[in-house]
Amino acid sequence: MSAEMERPVAGPNYAAAARDAVLAGVIALGVFGPLIGFKTEQNMNNQLVVENRWGIVIVIVAIVVIGRFLLKAFVFPALVTRKANAGPASTDESFFKRNFKTIGLAFLLLYPVIIVSMLGYQQSIKWVDNFGIQILIYVMLGWGLNIVVGLAGLLDLGYVAFYAVGAYSYALLSSHFGFSFWLLLPLSGILAAMWGVILGFPVLRLRGDYLAIVTLAFGEIIRLVLINWREVTNGSAGISSIPKVDIFGWITFNVADPTYIGKILDLPPSSAYYKIFLYYLILALALFTAFVTLRLRRLPIGRAWEALREDEVACRSLGINTTNTKLTAFALGAMFGGFAGSFFAARQGFVSPESFVFLESAVIVAIVVLGGMGSMVGVAIAAAAMIGGTEILRELSFLKAVFGPEFNPDQFRMLIFGLAMVTIMVWKPRGFVGNREPTAFLHEKKSVSGSLVQEGHG
Amino acid sequence: MASVALALLIVMVVSMVLTSLMSWTIERVAYRPLRGSFRLAPLISAIGMSIVLSNFVQVAQGPRNKPVPPMVTDTIVLMERNGFAVTLSYKQIIIMVVTAVLLAGFWYVVQKTPLGRAQRACEQDRKMAALLGVNVDRTISLTFVMGAALAAVAGTLFLMYYGVVNFSDGFVPGVKAFTAAVLGGIGSLPGAVLGGLLIGLIETFWSGYFSIDYKDVAAFSILAIVLIFMPQGILGRPEVEKV
Amino acid sequence: MAEMIPSWETNPILSVEHVTMRFGGLVAVNDLSFKAGRGDITALIGPNGAGKTTVFNCITGFYKPTQGMLHLRHADGKPFLLERMPDFKISAKAKVARTFQNIRLFSGMTLLENLLVAQHNPLMIASGMTVLGVLGFAGYKKAEKHSIERAEYWLNKIGLYDRADDPAGDLPYGAQRRLEIARAMCTEPELLCLDEPAAGLNPRESGELNELLLGIRRDENTSLLLIEHDMSVVMEISDHVVVLEYGTKISDGKPEAVRNDPRVIAAYLGVDDEEVEQVEQALDVVTEEAQQ
Repeated sequence: MSAEMERPVAGPNYAAAARDAVLAGVIALGVFGPLIGFKTEQNMNNQLVVENRWGIVIVIVAIVVIGRFLLKAFVFPALVTRKANAGPASTDESFFKRNFKTIGLAFLLLYPVIIVSMLGYQQSIKWVDNFGIQILIYVMLGWGLNIVVGLAGLLDLGYVAFYAVGAYSYALLSSHFGFSFWLLLPLSGILAAMWGVILGFPVLRLRGDYLAIVTLAFGEIIRLVLINWREVTNGSAGISSIPKVDIFGWITFNVADPTYIGKILDLPPSSAYYKIFLYYLILALALFTAFVTLRLRRLPIGRAWEALREDEVACRSLGINTTNTKLTAFALGAMFGGFAGSFFAARQGFVSPESFVFLESAVIVAIVVLGGMGSMVGVAIAAAAMIGGTEILRELSFLKAVFGPEFNPDQFRMLIFGLAMVTIMVWKPRGFVGNREPTAFLHEKKSVSGSLVQEGHG
Repeated sequence: MASVALALLIVMVVSMVLTSLMSWTIERVAYRPLRGSFRLAPLISAIGMSIVLSNFVQVAQGPRNKPVPPMVTDTIVLMERNGFAVTLSYKQIIIMVVTAVLLAGFWYVVQKTPLGRAQRACEQDRKMAALLGVNVDRTISLTFVMGAALAAVAGTLFLMYYGVVNFSDGFVPGVKAFTAAVLGGIGSLPGAVLGGLLIGLIETFWSGYFSIDYKDVAAFSILAIVLIFMPQGILGRPEVEKV
Repeated sequence: MAEMIPSWETNPILSVEHVTMRFGGLVAVNDLSFKAGRGDITALIGPNGAGKTTVFNCITGFYKPTQGMLHLRHADGKPFLLERMPDFKISAKAKVARTFQNIRLFSGMTLLENLLVAQHNPLMIASGMTVLGVLGFAGYKKAEKHSIERAEYWLNKIGLYDRADDPAGDLPYGAQRRLEIARAMCTEPELLCLDEPAAGLNPRESGELNELLLGIRRDENTSLLLIEHDMSVVMEISDHVVVLEYGTKISDGKPEAVRNDPRVIAAYLGVDDEEVEQVEQALDVVTEEAQQ
């Protein structure tokens, strides 16, 4: 299991590899044997009965042994040689890499068009909704949290609370008072930011693990209140039939309305229009988040956030009010979470506390860290990889043909998601984009290597 | 009775061994490569690992609850009046005794043995400990093993007490354990005990006198309030900011 | 000459009055009073553990003194009671800047960014507390241009103009020290406090540092207060020396007067040999210079 190299070996050392492989096999037997080898099932009398499944265990152990042998005998020595032979990294980047942002943006703008032209309106719904909108929501949440975690260096494990505040603000105010989305979008952002300040003010003196656990606690408190304050939030059952968004009242997406988009544009009724509209709406919101964040980074407040992440004591010695600086980061991050939340409520038409569990916060933090703290492009890539990846796993029902009808690929979704988190971190501890782009330059813009950038103590 | 106790003991020991092995493997695969790197990388790796573990159990053992027939049923009646009895069940006694014994043992290991000294040294300054000849990797591995073994005991006791277990049952106790450790003050063993007791008492009394719905809210709120006034937890060492 | 009232008594920028700082049972600073003159370079010296950095931390607000007053007066006569102000306000309002014994740069940010962060407060106002800046108002652009000019001025002064776009963490040690001073100067302080600026510098860098400090005193309307172990720096550039031992003041006066104070010599002889040698060497250097 050890990844370190004792000494550079010339050829494959089969004896050592074999020894290692046997050891790995023994460990794998211990780790997987009991939990997979025995399965407890409830029978008709509610008694637990043990089933044996040693066949699967043998397969797994064999995979571990062979895999370990191959790694030790061939892959690790090859990596060492490659490292030794690696010349200076080539400086000219490919066309694709240089223009990544432009290409990415163009793709995002054209995505629904491409999908519709390839699959038609009805078939496009799944791809626009499950992939496009779903990923973009997480991109936006990641970019919002990036302000708090990536720039200001404050670890917030309860970010989903602000997402929930935004979602419930829209759900409650639109169902009870009939306010339009365009009024409630800014309002939910403001409400979430207000909660950010209320929660942030007392906790921002805390650092490290203490800040992390208190933000986690606040996230849980908000969720538990949503569950238990049944008179207002309808408890675990949630709030349903939340009104759809319309285009400023001119065009709507309800088939019955005289202003229905299909009637205006003379198209057959389809729910795809609404999905495409939502896609562009969340794309606009996400790009707005990106635009504001990029602007802020070049303003004194953004530089103060990053300075705070680098060294808080030095910040105070330079006259920066660290409490206010942290609070603005917290409030702005919360505001974007609130925007995303109200969009989420409008898209689902239904909200319940189920959507705002700690796992969501963890996923958003993971997206920020996996992307590379502070990097907008990295966060977007991480969101696409993690969320898109898990959505693709839903599409693997053809595996049933291979493993039999009992096999349910969906249950491996979160397992693979977790494994991917671990693998990416071990592979790239600084995330996909580890370098930092400076916010001002005199002669030429050079990105700062990730190893110099601090991660903050908050 | 003796056979039940023996069975319980065997289950506990076997689960401790298996969990330790698992924890050792996880430390080796998911945490050791990240040691000394970026602070958030191990955190994300840990969250990923916790998702993996609970979903692994779900895949391997199925998503349904696993009920176990009650093993220990006897109770001691402490007081009885007007038909209401104050009782203490054997399983509660077992939990208390096991906890006390393990706490004492654990305290002894951390305070009195060379391993404990190495652990405390690594907590203070890993690089210096390594320079003085402490095998940091081994110490951390053993610490993970110890932690996992204790968690295994807690899991066994949980199953014995509640009689039903589910793949997702680990999350809430995990968060509560973290909460208790932070509330008591990270790095303080008595603090962790105090934190755990406080969380438990707050929840019980809140459920008893106010509303059972809001017991977790109460626990988390008190955690937040305590940390606002005592940022190092109740018994934690105050962090001196060297300028 | 001994009869003359020294300038720091008549026109002090900072008066430290009966300051005591206790940490639990430990008395780090005991009833300390001294004055730092306007336009002077005042050196605070003393053996290790004498409480010098504690005094600094009290002046810059990182510690609140247990007792006593810290009185600062700007050139325009505006008074400040530093012991009543939070640390960031001491820098922002009272215009006291500082450096740190263990350099605290923003290592992942470029030199230019480091110097721009130091101009946070004026830039914050220029950006309309961020709101106008986000909307792209022209006023902020002008203010930022001005800040960059100021940063360029200081980069030239410390001889690091060419490295403006490199991360601060990549600089060699001596350059980091100079950058930290430049960063502190970008806050346009009335009083600049330097915590062992010459520590770890080689003789050439130490010489450059002296130039820089003398330049600051000459051109910038900034008074300097420094903690120093390097006696050659102290004796060469300071106008006024205050000596601490075990948290109390044992000598206070012009460098030459302090140098001959028997209590100072005893205090330094009482500590380890290395520092005695330093004192002796410094004495030799200064006497030789005087003879020439």
